[in-house]
Amino acid sequence: MEALVASAIGALTAAGIYLMLRQRTFPVIIGLTLLTYAVNVFLFTSGRLATGLPGIYSSNAAGYSDPLPQALVLTAIVISFGMTAVIVMMALGAFLEAGHDKVDMNDEDTPVEGGQK
Amino acid sequence: MMSHWITVPVLLPAVIGAAMVLMMRNDLLLQRVFSLASVLGLLAVSVTLLVVASHEPPEVYQLGDWPAPFGIMLVLDRLSALMITLTAVLAVAVLLYTIGSGWDNRGRHFHALFQFQLMGICGAFLTGDAFNLFVFFEILLIASYGLMIHAGGKDRLRAGVQYVAFNLVGSSLFLFALAAIYSITGTLNIADLAVKSAELSQGDAALFRVAAVMLMMVFAIKGALVPLQFWLPGTYSNAPGPVAALFAVMTKIGAYSVIRFGVIVLPPTHPITGTLIADLMLPAALVTLIIGALGILGATTLSRLAAFAAVASMGTAFIAIAAFTPAATAAALYYMVHSTLAGAALFLIVDLVAHRRAHDGLRQSLPPIAQAGLISGLFMVSAIATAGMPPLSGFIGKLLVLDALRDQAALVWSVILATSLMTILGFARAGSTLFWKAHASAPDGDAPGHPAQVLAFVAVGALLAGLAVLTVFAGPVITWMEATAASLYDPSAYIAANQLPEVK
Repeated sequence: MEALVASAIGALTAAGIYLMLRQRTFPVIIGLTLLTYAVNVFLFTSGRLATGLPGIYSSNAAGYSDPLPQALVLTAIVISFGMTAVIVMMALGAFLEAGHDKVDMNDEDTPVEGGQK
Repeated sequence: MMSHWITVPVLLPAVIGAAMVLMMRNDLLLQRVFSLASVLGLLAVSVTLLVVASHEPPEVYQLGDWPAPFGIMLVLDRLSALMITLTAVLAVAVLLYTIGSGWDNRGRHFHALFQFQLMGICGAFLTGDAFNLFVFFEILLIASYGLMIHAGGKDRLRAGVQYVAFNLVGSSLFLFALAAIYSITGTLNIADLAVKSAELSQGDAALFRVAAVMLMMVFAIKGALVPLQFWLPGTYSNAPGPVAALFAVMTKIGAYSVIRFGVIVLPPTHPITGTLIADLMLPAALVTLIIGALGILGATTLSRLAAFAAVASMGTAFIAIAAFTPAATAAALYYMVHSTLAGAALFLIVDLVAHRRAHDGLRQSLPPIAQAGLISGLFMVSAIATAGMPPLSGFIGKLLVLDALRDQAALVWSVILATSLMTILGFARAGSTLFWKAHASAPDGDAPGHPAQVLAFVAVGALLAGLAVLTVFAGPVITWMEATAASLYDPSAYIAANQLPEVK
């Protein structure tokens, strides 16, 4: 099971980093999402993988699964979800204002003499 | 009993910010009054906490009364009290400028986002728990995303997307580091980490080293340390002026976290990481300073010049931090306070100039601007402070850093002194293009009229006055910083304040 989870985290991270390095905002956002999925699974496994163990007190339990990473991953999921929503909104705004969704800023429509109001 | 007051710097902006969104979203005057009242209250509370923290050992507030290491702690020690006071001072000046210049009227919800940003910053400085630090980072970041794109515009939105994307990567890296640390040590309380990470077996050493470096990389992103500084120039130069000025304290959060973790959890005497952090950080800090100085010299717009000045100041601060000695850390703290005020003043002046000019490009000189005499005077004072020339506090700060790094003088001194010269040149060039050549390009034309905006000038003047105070009272301030650094390098009081349970 460890090998399966570890390779899943690795594959998600690799795909996320590849997509993040793309030129357009849409793949970048998908890449960021994959990266946050990977980190959520990684955070969950930091309490060690276990099956069939209770999380709360039980008189005949052989051991317990660590409850803290579950709380941490819940926080992390909520935060990454919110952050993804924010970047989607901002990317949409940038796309509507600029007419294209390139991430790079050094292109022909940046004023040559620089400067902003 | 002081203890409940520790929560005020987090709760006050949170409550006021929420109230603004819910009850006064359509009334700008009411928002301004409450925002100002909130930051003034924050200033009063943080000064009180500063006075208390300088006389008493670190104090812990257990949220929900859960004991460490399971509960979430707010820890007030000298370092965190210093940082929240700095934040409050900066917040008052930035808010006055925002109201005076009317920036808050160019988009919605400026004041609410400003309050949430303050909540996140104060929380990050006060928390005693590494995961909680992540949560407060996210709070301040999500507010900063809103502030960054305040008033909109194509370039600002596109720079904002880059900024968010960069920080999302940083947040993911933070979680990877925290998860790895938790899987090794079983704790995320900072004091508990300091105790447990020193007792790790050699089998965990490799993983712990990876986790420690990842954690420091996250703080390096926040602190704009090369090679992770790419987000800063684009973000700061495209953000609205007052927001960029408030962001001057955001890079300091990275530096603060490096000091907090680098000194208490991962000191150079740590059996596993040893001097690993310091060895990586010093070259990175030197390159940061050089890149910042080159950026100042080559900047094509005034706002990029100010942004690269922020990069250079972080380079200087990290050079001092990377030494990890009490004297160097005291110098770093003094320099950080100075560079926060000087950087914020510079961004506000850049905004004053950009508003009175067609654009803030430095390639060609434009006709004179309104109130040019006053603005050029302010620009000169802030340039002197930023470049580290006498008589202002930048000079004292750099002198302290140089003095603390005598043993590496050949390398560090030459880099700091050479980059100071480049900074002076860059600022001199920008100032002459902006203010002197302006008369040559329009010899007899009158400057276009512009409202005086007294409050905006008061805000800039207050920040520069802060620098003057920091210079005049340099002796007592440095003594205080040295005592703060000494308490950091002897973390027994910090750890004892957390009342960790006895193991076995």
